This record gives sequence, structure tokens and C-alpha cells, in this order.
Amino acid sequence: MIDAAQNALPEAEKQLIDTETPFQRFRSEFLESKVATAALITMVAIIILAIIAPWIVPQNPYDLAQVDVLDSRMAPGSEAFTGYTMWLGSDGAGRDLYSAILYGLRISLSVGITSGVIALLLGMVIGLAAAYAGGRTENLIMRIVDLQLSFPAALVALMLIAILGKGVDKIILALVVAQWAYYARTVRSSALVERHKEYVEAAACLGISHARIIFRHILPNCLAPLIVVGTVQTAHAISLEATLSFLGVGLPPTSPSLGVLIANGFEYMMSGRYWISVYPGLALLLTVVSINLVGDRLRDVLNPRRNTGGQARSAK
Amino acid sequence: MKFRRTFFGAVTIAASVAASIAAAEKITIGLASEPTSMDPHFHNLGPNNAISRQIFDRLILQDEKQRLMPGLALSWKPIDDLTWEFKLRQGVKFHDGTDFTADDVVCTFKRAPDVPNSPASFGTYIKGKTVVKVDDHTVHFKTSSPYPLMGNDVSTIPVISDSVGCGAATEDFNSGKAAVGTGPFKFVSYKPGESISFSRNDDYWGDKPIWTEVEFRAIKSGPSRVAALLAGDVDMIASVPTTDIQALSKNKDLQLSQGVSNRVIYLHLDQFREDSPHVHANGGGKIKNPLLDLRVRKAISMAISRDAIVDRVMEGVAIKAGQLLPEGFFGISPNLQPVEYDPQGAKALLAEAGYADGFEMTIHSPNDRYINDAKIAEAIGQMLSRIGIKMSVETMPRSVYFSRASKGGEGGLPEFSFMLLGWGAGSGESSSPLKSLIHTYDKSKGFGAANRGRHSNPEIDALIEQALRTVDDEKRQDLLAKATEMAIANVAVIPTHFQVNTWAAKKGIKYIARTDEYTIAVGVAPIHISGNDS
Amino acid sequence: MTVFVIRRLMQAMIVVFIMSIIVFFGVNVIGDPVYMLVSPDADQADIQATIERLGLDRPIYEQYFRFLAGAWQGDLGNSFIFGEPALKLILHHMPATLELAFTALFMAIVAGIPLGLYAGLYPDRAASKAVMAGSILGFSLPTFWVGLMLIMLFAVILGWLPSTGRGDTVNVLGFETSLLTADGLSHVLLPALNLSLLKISLAVRLTRAGVREAMGQDYVKFARAKGISTRRIIGVHVMKNIMIPVVTVLGLEFGSLVAFSVVTESIFAWPGMGKLLIDAILQLDRPIVVAYLMIIVLFFVVINLVVDIIYSILDPRVRLQDKTT
Repeated sequence: MIDAAQNALPEAEKQLIDTETPFQRFRSEFLESKVATAALITMVAIIILAIIAPWIVPQNPYDLAQVDVLDSRMAPGSEAFTGYTMWLGSDGAGRDLYSAILYGLRISLSVGITSGVIALLLGMVIGLAAAYAGGRTENLIMRIVDLQLSFPAALVALMLIAILGKGVDKIILALVVAQWAYYARTVRSSALVERHKEYVEAAACLGISHARIIFRHILPNCLAPLIVVGTVQTAHAISLEATLSFLGVGLPPTSPSLGVLIANGFEYMMSGRYWISVYPGLALLLTVVSINLVGDRLRDVLNPRRNTGGQARSAK
Repeated sequence: MKFRRTFFGAVTIAASVAASIAAAEKITIGLASEPTSMDPHFHNLGPNNAISRQIFDRLILQDEKQRLMPGLALSWKPIDDLTWEFKLRQGVKFHDGTDFTADDVVCTFKRAPDVPNSPASFGTYIKGKTVVKVDDHTVHFKTSSPYPLMGNDVSTIPVISDSVGCGAATEDFNSGKAAVGTGPFKFVSYKPGESISFSRNDDYWGDKPIWTEVEFRAIKSGPSRVAALLAGDVDMIASVPTTDIQALSKNKDLQLSQGVSNRVIYLHLDQFREDSPHVHANGGGKIKNPLLDLRVRKAISMAISRDAIVDRVMEGVAIKAGQLLPEGFFGISPNLQPVEYDPQGAKALLAEAGYADGFEMTIHSPNDRYINDAKIAEAIGQMLSRIGIKMSVETMPRSVYFSRASKGGEGGLPEFSFMLLGWGAGSGESSSPLKSLIHTYDKSKGFGAANRGRHSNPEIDALIEQALRTVDDEKRQDLLAKATEMAIANVAVIPTHFQVNTWAAKKGIKYIARTDEYTIAVGVAPIHISGNDS
Repeated sequence: MTVFVIRRLMQAMIVVFIMSIIVFFGVNVIGDPVYMLVSPDADQADIQATIERLGLDRPIYEQYFRFLAGAWQGDLGNSFIFGEPALKLILHHMPATLELAFTALFMAIVAGIPLGLYAGLYPDRAASKAVMAGSILGFSLPTFWVGLMLIMLFAVILGWLPSTGRGDTVNVLGFETSLLTADGLSHVLLPALNLSLLKISLAVRLTRAGVREAMGQDYVKFARAKGISTRRIIGVHVMKNIMIPVVTVLGLEFGSLVAFSVVTESIFAWPGMGKLLIDAILQLDRPIVVAYLMIIVLFFVVINLVVDIIYSILDPRVRLQDKTT
């Protein structure tokens, strides 16, 4: 698929491509930065931990039969009644914080990623449609996009929560609505560039279907910026969910994401039980920072304009 | 850092009064909930009623234990079955210099139940009563049937001025124009979301207030409130979070005061539906509501470790409850003790009722209403799951919780099967919880309005209604105690604990803890002066 | 330009109208404010009386038409909880929020642009890398968490600054501001810093990117060749060019500052309109929620318009025109 797209590239763009395959070049450039490499490893580790959480933690923090209030507010390293050691301490309800953080991570990540993927797909379809349809449709869509982008995502999400109420499904919806326009704008501007290239016009003349042109030819060329925007937006979504939950308008306390855990721990801050809020905070920080660092590097590597700058720099 | 505040305070005041001692006479208090208005009749809500105590007196005041004591009325007594006579204090002046007379009382009781846009009116305490002026310093309150709680009801109504208050709109009180009372402090400024300031009423009829200036600030978040106290931004805070009490009590620069409140935390159980929405058979199928069975209700009560709730969830800052009001209140039963924790006995009772394998049930709770409410619900969930009931816990903000708990189910009935709630007896005696929580739901008579489990027992109803017609205190006490005992024996509700409220002040001052949870400036005293009071 | 402004304002009116429908019907679906408002002592008749007093017994469309009729005359309804006009309450809380947002914006410019300039001019220095790493951190740190840490450090442990609230205010041209008193400034410092962290990072990154791009441009090379001092090249030529995108973005971000102040205001008990909104959402004070959202929509439309106009002044190549025409 990538080859097909490449063959269709005009000469001017081809010059940018070295003899390596694009992926090899991308990989070696990405790994050039030690910070980004470390961030990537951290990010992958966090995702894996979140996925395998149920099999590695000592306690299911949502199963009431496994949680005992007599274990509440234990300092890190204390032993629980049922025998295991609570390395990160326990919270006010007696949940082992290590278990709760990993489970919270699952929720935070799945909310962030689910909303990110839905927003990406939605934004992609709308952006492509706008770029491809042109004319009035495009104008209308882009005006809506502009309008939405003129409001900060946090405010859009807050408004929606005010209207919709709380809940996992609602916060995902709010995050999707808050984010789709970023994707739509990104896709549309890249697609617009492609659309007016000769190969697309040639393909259209050959009678290739619209769908095929869009998905086989235009879309692959929009993927790079989409990936960059996608990483940054996912980090943003995770952080936004935590913020909303902290304000008490996000996820319900029965499905404690990292934001909810931090909010719960917030009340213990002054009493010296720092761990209830600090550890989930660090987990959130680590997650968001690593995703952002990866996104930052992706932007440097995938952006052709900066890319040449980077090459010039390394040539020096 | 402790001196910063004093230093700034001194600089500000030294400009006007050249006396450094004046700096100590201003007090700044951090509140957890902000009053919503300066109009004392606009919103019948704890924080509002507390703040209005600075400016406005009542005919009868409630002391820190909610015992009635003379306020603007010197005496009150029934002169026949249907009439109470109030003798008013003479020589009292409003802040604007006008005299306080019976006209002010009459117009107050006319305005209080009927303020435009009021979200919660004082009508509850005034309906069924007619106020008649006899002379300038005597009024009669008439009712259509004998009414013993006249004093308690009247003590809730702030008295405003006929000349500037009664015709005024809520905005006029907020701007200060109509905020003219007879109370210990005068209105200075009201900045919503920021602060409320008062200055001393030097002509106050009662004990002269100690503080020349009082400022209340709303700091909703618990840790921020504690931080403000530690940083010296405020001199005292109300509603110290239970989590911080341990650390603060070790702090030598601070002085804590604690007192049990009139608020009981209890569980309502669905006792009116064969098919209860949040109770299921194991596996999720239908089941005849087990909560209808007294043995099951008893088992649930026995399975709850009140010690664990008090020690672990409340960090020791609560008192185990065996009835609806703590010791010292009128109308409680001397015979009731908190139910003992007995998981084995609870299991046996469940088995006897035919639920040896338990069933599935959800406990619902607000998460922003009572002290540690969601955590208590979770702990109860844990405890019941240990006797074989498969529990889930659902907590939600009160904005959603209370409407669902009251009328969220089919046909506008209460939605939840098993729910955590709290009740503060505003009147300071036990008819308040009995008539609202225990009495059969009866819309026409206005009973059982908060009876969300719909427990219904004609015998208890009769006792409550009889008590509410009995003016003789001793007889009424017996009736109320008996009604309470029957309600507890039938497990109409399951009381778990009484809230204890904590105030923290910087060294040298102390707050006299109140059962009604109010924070009022006259209750704050420098320690060397407060020796004579509790 | 007049036509442009008028058209934009008309579009804004349509947006506001559509928003009013969505918001009004939206907030009326969740929860029931009555049970939040009434005193627990209230019996069934009292509850019914409250429902009627607040007009909640009417059908929803009727409530909406009454709202519209009122809105036409500038009355966005009375707050359930405060009993005062929602508009008045919001306007009363607005200066505090604007003051906070302006201070944060000021901090972002004062701290962010020089740091970004440095990082852009000397990208390979360790200090620059530290600045850039810091900016990533600034992007990622959750505002609410940082706020708490700031209180802990500066108010509780060090005792340098007050922890919460707004300080003494003075009245300037009809607005209460705390920026002109020492007490007020000491109060605004922490929340403004908390709010501006994100924007400082943004300013750093924007400036750095702008500088890096500008330094490679022909006009800089030409100026160098001509022997103009580096100081002058950067101070006059480069700065002039990078200021345009930086100003635009920061201007747009001013709106986001106002929006994000919700978080900061909640933590620092700052009496702004963000805190008013959160409290209103939590207490189902619908008139305030509706009025706030209406005002904020208008507010953003105006900000965007102003940014567009400033942009056209800064960069004469940009002409104000509507994309739809």
C-alpha cells in the first residue's frame, strides 16, 4: 500500500526519500533521540502493564470481597490483612494502591484511546469528505470545524458534561466531540494537497471509484500528520479526563481512573498521607509525559519540513 | 509564617486605629459551604441560617446544644390549648436605630414563608400558625390543634425589621440595604464567592461580642481550607476533614474543638415493593424483595461493624448510633444501644430467612453530601459481602442522588433499594426524624416526606401523631422514646453513626462546638475568657 | 471590514441561538434541582410549592420560551440558589477571572518568549534542552495537581504566599481589581502561575520554532552579510516576524485560559466565574449554567474577531474576509 502511494508521488517529493525504506529511515531517526527512545519504552511498558494488570496485581480493587476497610490508609510497605505487602500503601477504602493504580491506568488509557480512535475516525471521514467534496459542503464543514476549534477542548468537554451528566460513556462522547475537529482539520489540509495533484486527477480520469481514490491514494498520504496529532491528542484526552474527574464532573468514583484516584487522595494531602495522591499523580504524569515525548519526536521525524532541517543539522 | 497575617492585619488597622491590640480583635473564619444569600428568609439551608445569626436574632435562640433560650422573646408559654403567648424583650434596637416591637414580629412571620424565587422556604415552620399582635411587646401564636413544638419552630425564624426589611427584595439584603437586624454584628459587605464581613454591634442587648470585626470566607475544598489555616490566612476553620484531624491535633499552634452533631447517618431499606429494582437473586434473576423480611433487615444491621466505620472510615471522629439522635437530646430512648457486630449471627439469621446463599443488592450513596459518605457506603458493601450478600456500590453526586432517591423509580416512587442517608434534627428533638423518616408516607398530612424506604407501621404512626399533639414535655418524651424503640425493633431504618464536627483555630482561641453544625462568631472566644463555658 | 465584522456578529448570534436550545434542553434533562434545594425538613406540600415557585412545573418548551423572551430583554433568568439574576452574578464574577487570565497571559509572555528565544538561538546548549524538556513537562503536568503542590510548597511549607482566595481589591473605572494592592498581588501570584504553566510551555515552543525558522531565512542571512549586529537582527527583524504567530496563538489561548481557570479557581478558591460554573453544575443551578455558556460563546466569538483584526494589522498581507464568500 505504501509502495503504491510512493510510486504515485511526483518527482519533487521523491527526492526527499533516501535509499532506505521509509520505515527504516523513520525508525533510525526516531531512535536517534535517547529521550524519545526512553519515552517510547516507558509508554509501551505502561500500556503492557495496564493490559496485564488483572494477572499481576495482588488484589482486584473493584471486588468488595477482596477489599477491607481495616486495611485503609496504610503506609507504603505495610502488610495487608490478607498477607500481601502493599508497596505503595493503600487508600481510604482499603484498596491496595499498586493494584488501584494499574486498574486506574486501564480506565484512563481506555477512555483516552477509545475517545481518540473514535474522534480520529470521525475526524478523518469528515476531513476527507470536506477535502474531496469541495465547494459548499467543504465550506460548511470547515466553518463548523473552525467554530469548534475556537473553543478550548476543555471547555467543550465541560459544557457537554454539564449537559449530558456523568458516566464513562458520556465522558468518552464529550472527549470525542472535543477532539474530532483537530483530526478533521489535519486530514483535510493534507488531503487537499493530495487532491490537486496530477495522480489523483489522472486516477479520476481513469474511472477509479471515489472510495478507492480516497482510501488507497489520498488517505495514506495523510497518515503521518494524523499519527502525530493522534498521539498528542490521546495524551491530552487522558489529562483532560483526569481534570474533569478531579473537578467531580468526570468519571464516577466507582470506576476510579487515575484522575479519580488523585482526587480521592487530594483530601489526604494535608494529613501527611501523601502516597494516596502522589503515586497516582506520578503514574498519570509518567503516562502523559511519555506519550507527549513520543508525539514530539514523531512530529520532528514525520514532518518533512523539519526533517530537512534535521538532516542539515546532522550534516553540520 | 504565623506572624505574617498578624503583621498585615496590624498595618491595615494601625492606619485607622492607633492601637496594636486592635489587630487581635478581628477574626477571619474559613467555612466549608458558602451561604447563598444575605436574605435570612430566602433559603432555609444550614450555612444561610448560621450566617444570618450574626445579623438577625430569633425570638428564641438555640444554644450550642440546641436547647432553647430567650432571644428577642423573654418568655413563651401556652395560655390555652391553641394559643402561645410570647413576651418580647424591651429596649432592643435595630442596627439602624429603630425600636424592635411586635410589628416586626408580625411582618417577619408574614414574609418568611413567601419570599419570591425562594428555593427552600421557612413555610415548613410557619404553616398552621397565625401571629397576632397583642400590644407592642406581646404577640400570640395561634394554632388549630395543640402544638408542643412552638418554641422549636419559632426559634428557626430570623426576625427582620418592619421598616426596612419586610418589604425588601432578596437583592436588597445582599447589597446590605435591608440587612438590618438586632443581632450581635452589623452587615459590612457581602462578596459572593469571596467573603462576608461584619462589624460589632456595640449596642447589642446581650453579652457584648468580643470581636470588633468578623470575616467569613468560603473555602470549599477541605485540604485548601486546612492549608489556609496552616498558612495563617484564616484564624479558624469549620468542618475540619476527618483525615486531617489527627495531624492537626498534634500541631501545637492550633486548638481543636469537637462536638457531636444532631446528624445521624442511617440506611433506608425498601420495605414497600415485592420486586425491588436493585435487589436480585444470585445470578441476576427476579426475587421477592428479601428486605421485607424483618430477619433479613436485622441480619444486615448485625453485619455492619459500626466500630470499623467509626475507627477506620471516620478515623475515630464519629459516635456509634443505636437510634436517631445522640445522647442528651429530647425524645431519645435511654434503653437503646448500638447493634453489636455479629457476622455469624447475621449469617444464621439470613439462613433462617431462606437466604443462606445470599442475594445480590446495590447500595446507593451520595459522594458529596455527608462526611466520608461514599467511603462509608463502600465499607458497608464490604461488610455485607462478608455475610454472603453480593454487593455492588454505586455513589453519585447529590445533584443526581436525591432526586433519584426520592422519586427516581417507576411511578415516581423512590428508586433505590438500599441507600445511605443522613438526617439532622433541626428542631433539636426526636420528633423531627420520627415524623419525616419513620412515619408512613402521607402526602395529605405531610408526614414521611423523607421516608424513602416507605416503612409503614400504624402503631408507630399513632405514637408519633399523639406526641405531636402532647404539650406536656414528660408525656411527650415517653411517647417519642417509645416510637423510637419500636422503629428500631422493626428495623425501619438502620442507624450507623452520629457525625462529629470539628473546628480548628489558631492557638489562643477556641470555638464552642455546636450540635447544629453552625459556625457563628459569638461562639468563638479567646481561651482565657471561654473558661466559664463548657 | 465593517461588513466582515457585521457578518461575523450575525453568525455569532445564530451560534448563540442554536447553543441556547442545546444547552437549555440539555441541562434540563439531568437531575432534578428541587431535591437539592429544599430543606430536608420540607414536607410534600413544601416541595410542591418550591417546584411551582421556580416554574419547574411548566412543560420544558414553555420554560424555554419564557427564557427566550427574557433573554431578548437581557434577562437570562434568576439563579435558583442565589435568587439573583444569573447574568448579574456572572458579570460580578467576571473581573476576577479576567484578572487571573490576564496575569497568567502576562506571565506566559514574560517568561515564555525569552526562554523560547534562547532555546531557538542556541538549540544545542544544555540549558536549551532543559528548557525544552521543561516545556514538555509543562504540557503534561495536570493543572490541578500542580496547583496543590504549589499551595503545599509556597503557602504551607514556606509560608511566603497566601494559599487561597483573592486579596484586597480597589475599584478602577468600575471594576474591582486586586492587581493594584500588595495583598491582592500576593494572592494572585500562585493561581496565575498555576494557570500560566501550560501557556509558558506553549510560548516557549512557539517562539523557539519561530526563531529557528526565521534564522534560516534569506533576510537574516542578508542582514548578517550586511554586517548588522546580531542583537539588532534578533531584536528587530526576527522578533517582528515571530511575534505574529505567537501573538495570534496566545490571543486565542486567552480564551482557553478563561476556560481552564475553572480548575485553578476551584483549587485556589478564586472567586471567578469558572468556580461559579462548577458549583452551578454540581448544584444543578440551571439558569447559571445556561447563562454562563451563552456568555462564553459570545465571549469566544468576540475574542476570535479581535484576534483576526489584530492579525490583519500586524500582517498587512492578511485581509479580512469571510471564507464562505
